[in-house]
Amino acid sequence: MIMNGISAIFRREFFGYFRTPVAYVFMAAFILAAVGLPWFVGRFFDANQASLQVFFTFLPWVYLFLIPAVGMRLWAEEMRSGTWEILFTSPISPSEAVIGKFLAAWAFIGINLALTLTVPATVFFLGSPDLGPMFSGYLGAILTASAFLSICSLASSLTRNQVIAFVVSVIICLVLVLLGFGPFNSLLENLEVPAEFVGLISSLSVTYHFDLMSSGLISLGSLCFFGAVTFLCLSLNILILER
Amino acid sequence: MILAENLTKDYGAFRAVNQVSFEVKPGDILGFLGPNGAGKSTTMKMLTGFLRPSSGKAFISGKNVGTNAKAAKSQLGYLPETGPLYPEMTVHEFLSFTAEMRGLAQVQKSSSVDKAIETCHLHGVVYQTLDTLSKGYRQRVGLAQAILHNPPCLILDEPTDGLDPNQKDEVRKLISGMAQDKAIILSTHILEEVSAMCNRVIIIDRGVVKVDATPQELLKKHPRFNELTVNGEEDSLKSFETAIQGVEWIQKVSRPTKRKLVLSPTKGQNIQAKVLGISSEKGIALDSIELARPRLEDVFRSMTQKNAA
Repeated sequence: MIMNGISAIFRREFFGYFRTPVAYVFMAAFILAAVGLPWFVGRFFDANQASLQVFFTFLPWVYLFLIPAVGMRLWAEEMRSGTWEILFTSPISPSEAVIGKFLAAWAFIGINLALTLTVPATVFFLGSPDLGPMFSGYLGAILTASAFLSICSLASSLTRNQVIAFVVSVIICLVLVLLGFGPFNSLLENLEVPAEFVGLISSLSVTYHFDLMSSGLISLGSLCFFGAVTFLCLSLNILILER
Repeated sequence: MILAENLTKDYGAFRAVNQVSFEVKPGDILGFLGPNGAGKSTTMKMLTGFLRPSSGKAFISGKNVGTNAKAAKSQLGYLPETGPLYPEMTVHEFLSFTAEMRGLAQVQKSSSVDKAIETCHLHGVVYQTLDTLSKGYRQRVGLAQAILHNPPCLILDEPTDGLDPNQKDEVRKLISGMAQDKAIILSTHILEEVSAMCNRVIIIDRGVVKVDATPQELLKKHPRFNELTVNGEEDSLKSFETAIQGVEWIQKVSRPTKRKLVLSPTKGQNIQAKVLGISSEKGIALDSIELARPRLEDVFRSMTQKNAA
């Protein structure tokens, strides 16, 4: 019964993306940004390395705008149009609805991410890269997407205005990126903030854990970090919808 | 069976619904009336479990909506007020989705979707997306999703709102046709609808139940219920007035014009036969007698305006 509910919501939501041009516009934008930025701005080839390091450096910044664009409508749209009345007068619990919607959006991001596999394919074609960091990097990418998406889903349940949901999501995700952003950490050190404290702040950032994973290190701490952010945000999301 | 027990909803200091209690049994169609903002929709949303009451309880088929939400909701069909639908889905996709949410198995699902499409006459638009439908069709799709799983309880918030007269008639027939074995609540502004469909009426005003009665009982509350107007020549009326002087079944006699006499009966009883009896007994020729036809509208207005500030 629980799986029925989640799967009904998942399928409606997931195929919903493809019922409108939104999915295709988004996919085009995602590939353009995720592949184009490292290619042209990051000077992918000049690095002359058979690795995805440059590609992964840009990915959190691409996520920063594109994941809120997917997540902003998750709940705000249901509330604005009133369709959540149909949802929540059906024998479906808020947790099933939240999980179903989250999984659908996550799967959609997953498809977008899969479309960027042309980049590792190119690297394979041109050189002989190390498979490990590629795998762990993609794992980090999908986990980062889950953390960002859960934040967006939560923000979306707080308002029926999609623009507000978008802006709030971008700001929270930006903070999670900046906390581990090199220049920001050096700034803190220059302000004579104790090094342990800067380390602590940095370890609360998405960038820190994603960088570790994209360089080939899968630590339990990183997995827990992404899991915890997702779990916390989705739990709050459920609580808010249960009112 | 739908049961409301002292349902109350506060929004901050404002009490939108105050201690509303009633019971709707299978076979009943309850008309839920009230001015805009009286608390009709809020009460209905509490019954469906969409809104949590500040205090009080709601039961659907004996299941507590607050503590046993899933079981209660599976017994319920609900048509929200503005008929919200997912615009990008086709009628068939949308109905299949609502069937899945209600946990209908695959075989059951397609047969119940087909049946709902048939009942609500949606054949022509099955593969059209919902945003291309006219208001009448959208309302019927809303109704189709509400009755899809053949629930014993139905809550319909303004089911005929925005429909043209033909569509209204059709939806009314649809609802009346389902009434035998279901407990149905419907809210409406249109009082003719209540006379046509409902066997019970609740009038709610500023969150409080003002009347809980049958449409006939409600009409009896009208000040002019069974009032009789007698027309005739001036002389005849004069002698008629003398003849009825002091009868206990007439409460009040007034004479708006020379050739018109208005008789208000005691306790709203029907005095037509008695009046005719007297006129033939005394040999007084009367031109005609007319029974007042009070409208539900007037009762509604007198009920909901009485205490208005």
